[in-house]
Amino acid sequence: MAKYLLLKHYRGGPKQHPNAEAPMEDWTPDEITAHMQYMWDMMDDLRERGEFVDAQALAPQGRFVRYDGEGRPPVTDGPFAETKDLIAGWITIDVESEERAYEAAAHLSAAPGKDGLPLHEWLEVRPFHGEAPAVED
Amino acid sequence: MIDDHLLRDLTPQVLGALVRRGADFAAAEDAVQDALAEAVRGWEHGAPDEPKAWLVTVAWRKFLDARRSASARVMREIAVHREPAAGPAGQADDTLLLLSRCCHPALSPASAIALTLRAVGGLTTAQIARAFLVPEPTMAQRISRAKRTLAGERFERPGDVRAVLRVLYLMFDQGFAGDKTAEDLSAEAIRLARQLVASVPRDPEAAGLLALLLLHHARRPARTDTAGQLVPLAEQDRALWDTGMIAEGVDLLQHALAMGRVGEYQAQAAIAALHDDAAAAAETDWPQILEWYDELARLTPGSPVVALNRAVAVGHVDGPLAGLRLVEALDPGLPRRDAVAAYLHERAGNRAEAARLYKVAAESTAVLAEHAHLLKQAARLNRMTGPGPD
Repeated sequence: MAKYLLLKHYRGGPKQHPNAEAPMEDWTPDEITAHMQYMWDMMDDLRERGEFVDAQALAPQGRFVRYDGEGRPPVTDGPFAETKDLIAGWITIDVESEERAYEAAAHLSAAPGKDGLPLHEWLEVRPFHGEAPAVED
Repeated sequence: MIDDHLLRDLTPQVLGALVRRGADFAAAEDAVQDALAEAVRGWEHGAPDEPKAWLVTVAWRKFLDARRSASARVMREIAVHREPAAGPAGQADDTLLLLSRCCHPALSPASAIALTLRAVGGLTTAQIARAFLVPEPTMAQRISRAKRTLAGERFERPGDVRAVLRVLYLMFDQGFAGDKTAEDLSAEAIRLARQLVASVPRDPEAAGLLALLLLHHARRPARTDTAGQLVPLAEQDRALWDTGMIAEGVDLLQHALAMGRVGEYQAQAAIAALHDDAAAAAETDWPQILEWYDELARLTPGSPVVALNRAVAVGHVDGPLAGLRLVEALDPGLPRRDAVAAYLHERAGNRAEAARLYKVAAESTAVLAEHAHLLKQAARLNRMTGPGPD
């Protein structure tokens, strides 16, 4: 088994499919509900398959922060410009193969959006660095 | 079969008995946990006739064993404090003693809640960790740091009831924030508030807090829909409210108010009771709710949260523009300010501005369920104002 992070972005990444262009507040309330329900169902499905590890959603606000020397408060930058990549959340899964990770990401990407059409949203799929195997030869 | 409720009810009593005999809090708490583990193993075929006495004896022995192995000198000091276990009269005092200890002002609210759940609520560290969505070792560390903060401070006399009320209020609120796994915390806060009221029956604010928690908890079945999404008060199916719980809350509140010392929890409970009393949202008695907000503002001077909620009531009584004038005077960074402004703008007929503010509010909330709810409000208004297909 190998762990993969499925990253969902508010913005950034390759140019989105036309279905994913309308901002959520331009959908109908029922379309938003259907979208959320699809995500819950997908998570239930991953749990059912014994593949679910973790899922989190991130609020859109946030800043970059760095150390500015002894006795000085941290330096902050942001909120981020509209063009910057912005992570919306993630699902971590533990699956048999890379193919299965892509399949799960594609399923997530098909979540319904405006007019009930699949979003075709880009998802970033990142493998975890694994542990060295205990059996060496 | 072990009666889980019995064990949990006995936990604070046993802990109180050990503390009363002179055990320090952290060591007593560890000893009680050990004794509970032994009870779970040993009571499989039925509890002893006097389960509390059994637990006190075993916990005290565990405590002495731990101390004996730590230091013979400490052992001699302990023996001086040894005295018989408290009778029924002592139980209520012990609960208050422990609650006020766990809710000590030196602790952060999160630490106080965790320690209270473990020491008085009898929850395991694993259960508390799940409620807070943190790993178990993280919660274990938080609890042990809290115990270290309290170490060395002796406590024979109950502390401030006010600090306990605040911690129970925050514990309940944590369970109300929308996460399914946190549900237990609201029920736990109610259970502990009942114990507190039994300990201080003459304190109207303790009764007021319990009333407040019951009056809010009664609406819980209607607060989320089948998809787990938030349903605002005005749109809830009021047939789903727990009328028994509301009746109990109202009784408690009337009893508390009759003592003639009104406080912030009684005022909040009165507002909740007025909402619960309306058979439909349109029948809400806003003028009376506003009177209670005026009282609440007097009791909690300078509270921006009270001022914001009061603006909603003003919006219903004196019109949305009057409410908006109050909201505009508040700090722009105040949580939920934009959502309240959006609500009042919609009532004033400014749909476009309401939609814009709902979107701003959605982007600034840290609660996922609220985020979705606020986005849907913006979406609903955009459908009404925009060039939609219908």
